[in-house]
Amino acid sequence: MIDIADLEFRRAGGFRLAVPALTIADGEKVAVVGPSGTGKTTLLNLMAGLLLPDAGRVTVGGVAVSTLSASQRRAFRARYIGQVFQDFELVDYLSAAENILYPCRISPFLPVTSDLRQRAKTLARDMGVEDRLARKPAALSQGEQQRIAICRALLAEPPLILADEPTGNLDPDNKDRILDILFAQAAASGATLVTVTHDHDLLPRFDRVVDFADFVRVAA
Amino acid sequence: MRGAFFLAWRHLLHHAGRSAVIVLAIAVIVAVPMTLRDVISAADARLTERAEQTPLVIGAKGSRLDLVMSALYFGEDRPEPLGYREVDRIWDTGHAEAIPVHLGFYAADAPVVGTEVDYFRFRNLEIAEGRGLAILGEALVGSEVALREGLSPGSAVISTPQNLFDLTGSYPLQLNVVGVLAPTGTADDQAVFVDIRTSWVMEGIGHGHDDLVGADARAVEFQVITAENVDSFHFHGDVGAFPVSAIIALPFDQRSSTILRGQYLNEESIAQVAVPREVIAGLIETVFAIAQLLDRIVLIVGGAALLAIALALHLSIQLRKKEMETAFRLGASRIVTLQLVAAEVVILSALAGTLATLAIWLARTQFADTLLEILAT
Repeated sequence: MIDIADLEFRRAGGFRLAVPALTIADGEKVAVVGPSGTGKTTLLNLMAGLLLPDAGRVTVGGVAVSTLSASQRRAFRARYIGQVFQDFELVDYLSAAENILYPCRISPFLPVTSDLRQRAKTLARDMGVEDRLARKPAALSQGEQQRIAICRALLAEPPLILADEPTGNLDPDNKDRILDILFAQAAASGATLVTVTHDHDLLPRFDRVVDFADFVRVAA
Repeated sequence: MRGAFFLAWRHLLHHAGRSAVIVLAIAVIVAVPMTLRDVISAADARLTERAEQTPLVIGAKGSRLDLVMSALYFGEDRPEPLGYREVDRIWDTGHAEAIPVHLGFYAADAPVVGTEVDYFRFRNLEIAEGRGLAILGEALVGSEVALREGLSPGSAVISTPQNLFDLTGSYPLQLNVVGVLAPTGTADDQAVFVDIRTSWVMEGIGHGHDDLVGADARAVEFQVITAENVDSFHFHGDVGAFPVSAIIALPFDQRSSTILRGQYLNEESIAQVAVPREVIAGLIETVFAIAQLLDRIVLIVGGAALLAIALALHLSIQLRKKEMETAFRLGASRIVTLQLVAAEVVILSALAGTLATLAIWLARTQFADTLLEILAT
């Protein structure tokens, strides 16, 4: 699914990320760990085409992301990548149902269809938040908000799910529950899951753990 | 853009109070100057038309505007009365017809206009229902008065005294409605017409006997003129001294008009002549000058309001930066921010435009008359 080779990325301030080689198989559940500021989120952004490498290659699902135009990368993100964020990033003025369909509203590559509407409902039912669809985020608990955010990420049935500390803001009960849901949904759709986490208690649940300390080199 | 409009609409609904204020502000900025122009133009057209149809107005010296507005619009600011002999004098010059207009009383919440039958011919007033004036105490009501008060031939209205503390001893008079005038879209629709001699009865100059109606002799309420007692009505004194508020003069030709006007140039004359077209043109000029001043004020206030709205939208964009970043990460273009702002501006403008159009329409249908009334009073 993901093939990274000779990747180099520099940012103003001396930050440098170098990943000589990283391969993640289809359907694999990978946890990415490492100290703060080492570039874990940067790596997810490179995989999503939000950032472009200074050197090397990032291939996702056979697509060389860095060779795509800006428009193609947007279409690629909308169709092939589901993203889950630490602070959920739900839109406060939309209901939960509208938040799940939010990617369709902002991207021309993912038009609203009756199938997608139905899938949104199905996802909400599977996540146990079907009766919360009319509520706005402010009226939802944190666990419910993250479940809605996961529904949004899974809406387009993406082959790759990138989760940036998806349980970072949750209490222990919700942590396990959200992770269970994420794993179950990824497994159900055969999606690959790459999760950045600081929570080492969760690591045994992943197929593989990538330690970022191995990649980071701070420029002199 | 459909998605952008959906999100913009949802965002505006979420902040309904703020959105309503912006819509209202834009609507006011748009509607006020346009309404003002519209109402003034409508009033201008109607004032000018009636003024141009009325060649000359003669009345006691004083405000020409009051004289013209009272003769044409039956306004409340009336000049001092002239004696009826001035009407005869104008006829005697052989230069013009003279139509007296007597004002000062009200009935059915409308001014009572005492005049002569020539007035109806001059204004091309047709009787839609009933018949014309025949005897004292009869009234023809304008179409709007009839509609508003539910009057028709056979109805009766009671005149009100000139003021609350009328000490002259004149009693209110019951006016018997014998006809309703066809609508004309002029001040005539909003008046009650009587023969000028009926006005003099209301003034207390003329009276009859056994004509008072009341609960008892000590609580007389109003006078009634009937077929039985009309013959007992009579006037005391010199008819030439009986009051008229204004005289509409209809010169037979331009030369007659010039001669007649010249006759009132004498400084010792107690009367003056006014050309309504000129007086109304002056009034309109003043109104337009005020409107222009208001336009400038609205422009400044509107500019400030638009800046405030722009600031509100800018702050809204700032507050939504995180949402925009999320949208970009989920596959949106960077220009989604512009699309959302544009969609909000379009929706707000459309709502404000609709509201402004409604306000302008209301003003056009409702406030043109009000402005005319304001100018007339």
